[in-house]
Amino acid sequence: MTDMTASAAGASSPNATLLLILKARTFIALILVFVFFSIFAPNFLSAANMVIMSKHVALNAFLAIGMTFVIVSGGIDLSVGSIVGLCGMVAGYLLLNGIDIGLGWSIQFNTLEICLMVALVGIAIGALNGFLITRLNVAPFIATLGTLYIARGAAMLSSDGKTFPNLSGNAEYGSQSYRMIGSGDFLGVPISIWMLIAVGVLAAYIARRTPLGRFIYAVGGNERAAGLSGVKVTQVKYFVYMFSGFCAALVGIIISSQLVAAHPATGDTFELNAIAAAVLGGTSMSGGRGRIGGTIVGAFVIGVLSDGLVMMGVSAFWQTVIKGLVIIAAVVIDQAQQKVQAKVALQAQAALGK
Amino acid sequence: MTLDPDPGSAHPIGLSIRGGTKVYPGTIALKEVDFDLRMGAVNVLVGENGAGKSTMMKVIAGVEQLTSGTVTMNGEEVNFTSTDDAERNGIGIVFQELNLFPNLTVADNIFMAHEKTRGGIDIDMSAQREATRALMQRLEHDIDPDTLVGDLKVGQQQIVEIAKSLSRDARILILDEPTSALSNAEVEILFRVIEELKAEGVGIVYISHRLEELIRVGDYITVLRDGTITGAQSMEGVDIPWIVRNMIGDSSKDFAKEIEHPFGDEALRVENMRLADTSGGFAVDGVSLSLRAGEILGIYGLMGAGRTELLETIIGRHSHAVGDVWVQGDKMGRPSVPDRIAKGLALIPEDRKHDGLVQILSIRENMTLSSVGSFTRGVHMDLGKERSRVADFVRRMVIKIASPEHPVSALSGGNQQKVVISKALMTGPKVLLMDEPSRGIDIGAKAEVFRVMRQLAAEGLGIVFVTSDLEEVMSLSDRIIVMSDGRITGEFSREEVTETALVSASAVGHAPLSEQDAERETAQ
Repeated sequence: MTDMTASAAGASSPNATLLLILKARTFIALILVFVFFSIFAPNFLSAANMVIMSKHVALNAFLAIGMTFVIVSGGIDLSVGSIVGLCGMVAGYLLLNGIDIGLGWSIQFNTLEICLMVALVGIAIGALNGFLITRLNVAPFIATLGTLYIARGAAMLSSDGKTFPNLSGNAEYGSQSYRMIGSGDFLGVPISIWMLIAVGVLAAYIARRTPLGRFIYAVGGNERAAGLSGVKVTQVKYFVYMFSGFCAALVGIIISSQLVAAHPATGDTFELNAIAAAVLGGTSMSGGRGRIGGTIVGAFVIGVLSDGLVMMGVSAFWQTVIKGLVIIAAVVIDQAQQKVQAKVALQAQAALGK
Repeated sequence: MTLDPDPGSAHPIGLSIRGGTKVYPGTIALKEVDFDLRMGAVNVLVGENGAGKSTMMKVIAGVEQLTSGTVTMNGEEVNFTSTDDAERNGIGIVFQELNLFPNLTVADNIFMAHEKTRGGIDIDMSAQREATRALMQRLEHDIDPDTLVGDLKVGQQQIVEIAKSLSRDARILILDEPTSALSNAEVEILFRVIEELKAEGVGIVYISHRLEELIRVGDYITVLRDGTITGAQSMEGVDIPWIVRNMIGDSSKDFAKEIEHPFGDEALRVENMRLADTSGGFAVDGVSLSLRAGEILGIYGLMGAGRTELLETIIGRHSHAVGDVWVQGDKMGRPSVPDRIAKGLALIPEDRKHDGLVQILSIRENMTLSSVGSFTRGVHMDLGKERSRVADFVRRMVIKIASPEHPVSALSGGNQQKVVISKALMTGPKVLLMDEPSRGIDIGAKAEVFRVMRQLAAEGLGIVFVTSDLEEVMSLSDRIIVMSDGRITGEFSREEVTETALVSASAVGHAPLSEQDAERETAQ
């Protein structure tokens, strides 16, 4: 995740070494957390625990990946937690009832169709966010705060606040495989982890190797300059919110499948964990800077930390305090990194001799 | 215009600078200047952009400190370490860039940090309103003290800024281009206020690019060039040619030699371009122009003449602009920057920091931002190809960088500008629009930028460039258009142009003061 630039000048200076350490800080933190819990928490390193923990982490990591794009583009998406809830409800509804077209019979769907429709719901809410932000000029914080409430309210309305139970699907309709998304595994690795790997690789590829990714960074760094350079700013913003909605829809599917039930309050405050993971991974809240790899490592630090603390028997109240401290420490170190980085660049520039 | 036969005695020296030198990293802004500020008179300061006028005033106002040299006030040596410090000594300054809070009211702005209070805590709003009304009356402006500054027109905001200085009872008042956003009538009011202040013995420093205005209002003139004072005398006998001579001097800057080449077909045509501004007028008002391949067209004009807006409408930044643009005979659709870049236009914006570069990204990413398509297959960017293209341009443009991966903010102004130019050139443009390409870069880098411009023109690129530098526009352009108030007020070929003609064309519609005086006389 750290990328060592081939800077001829100053590569061996103490600042450059310090910079390397600072850049890798999230990764170092993850290793430290891991070592700490393997010593102090019983059974931490057992295979069963690893599987459970990775499933927990995956949920937050999906949201955090989508969130990273949004934050890098200079925005914020508060609606993802609610989208998780709503999408879970949509999936539950479709599994149980299909779509009633009012002619005395209803259309039923198989697993793939349900997943596609749920993903579309997430993307549509993302598009709504994009529309509010680009066309109606609503500040991202407010626009997504609005959709947060709308999506949560819609989730509650869909079942009158009740849970959709027993989402085991129906073999007749080809939806019995829905449960496998949350509980199945392939080569011993849970399906949801395979999905995370796929989405993570895709997102990292978009960020690093496609014009779209480049434009996301440019828009977040300086929207005016990006616009004058010919970047289609509106399209870029639509994409990041739609992608974030898509990631949230995946989480909705996975959770409802894992629990074999859909509850409308699912996903409450998930958006805050996602933001925390992104920030922990080095994403700058002012836009233009952040890495998908960093975010995933950040999600692991948060996930491992909370699961490990549970296993050590630390009280939930202390867990919350510790999480907060870790996030603040991450941002403080990030500031230090920015300073050192600027210094190294200026030194190298000065070494050129005017 | 009457002048005291012996101005020295009538106008005592209130402040003087001796051997003032100010060094910034990389450049010397002031070299050993001696300046006397006379009280009860208008001390006019003139010079091209970057000549050191603003630096000298910042020293007097306590914004900057001299590297060496002394400032004396009433016989005592002073050293202002902050604007507060200077203000306590009776020095007020109205900056060119307005320093107002648009979200606060006029009265709040005028008394910012000097609030009239009861017991130091409770702001006495009614006293502030009253005082504001009195100030506005004096300035003959009907501005309500409770209006938000953001709702005022730029000219009115300037009045508020002036009122702010007046409220502090300044003994020395520095006005940095106070008329750049004022209408004729407002300028007249300002001049009356200046007369009053003069009568009260206030020493006024007046900076402006409008030379006729200077001659009318000034009592003493100081001309600066490249950080040195090239002329200082009472206004008697001073005319525009004298000022221009002192501003520009005999020694020419290092401009690249022209490369002789024939012009090609028409590369750019703009017809009847209009852009409405926020105050109900037009920032660009019916501009038409034509440019041939290989030609360099200079656009000269004062600040706020609509030059920047013109280039922005051509590149398609303003969706509400009306007017047609053709590139090589190809008519452009509705304004859209990406489309027009694809059709062969490229803009180098005036404000590098805010419009030209994404500071947080690397040099490489900035350079290729407009042309990622050229090394992308499908959705996949070929980073190797990108690196070699960047290396190629770094070599061609002689950009001094340690590594293309460093953030662009680490570079000096000149090198940043070369990155912006490279970004534009990477799109393979047919027409290059350059807005103040030499702004804020040192002389060496300027010369290189000019050399590149010549080279590009010889290669058949059409170039439109905007500048407020007389010498620059005259030595670089094949043809010059002068703009004022959003309109074209003059067009000159390289052979026939003179400084005086340019200066007077740039003042059309602003303050053709001699004519106005004549009008008033005939009316009486």
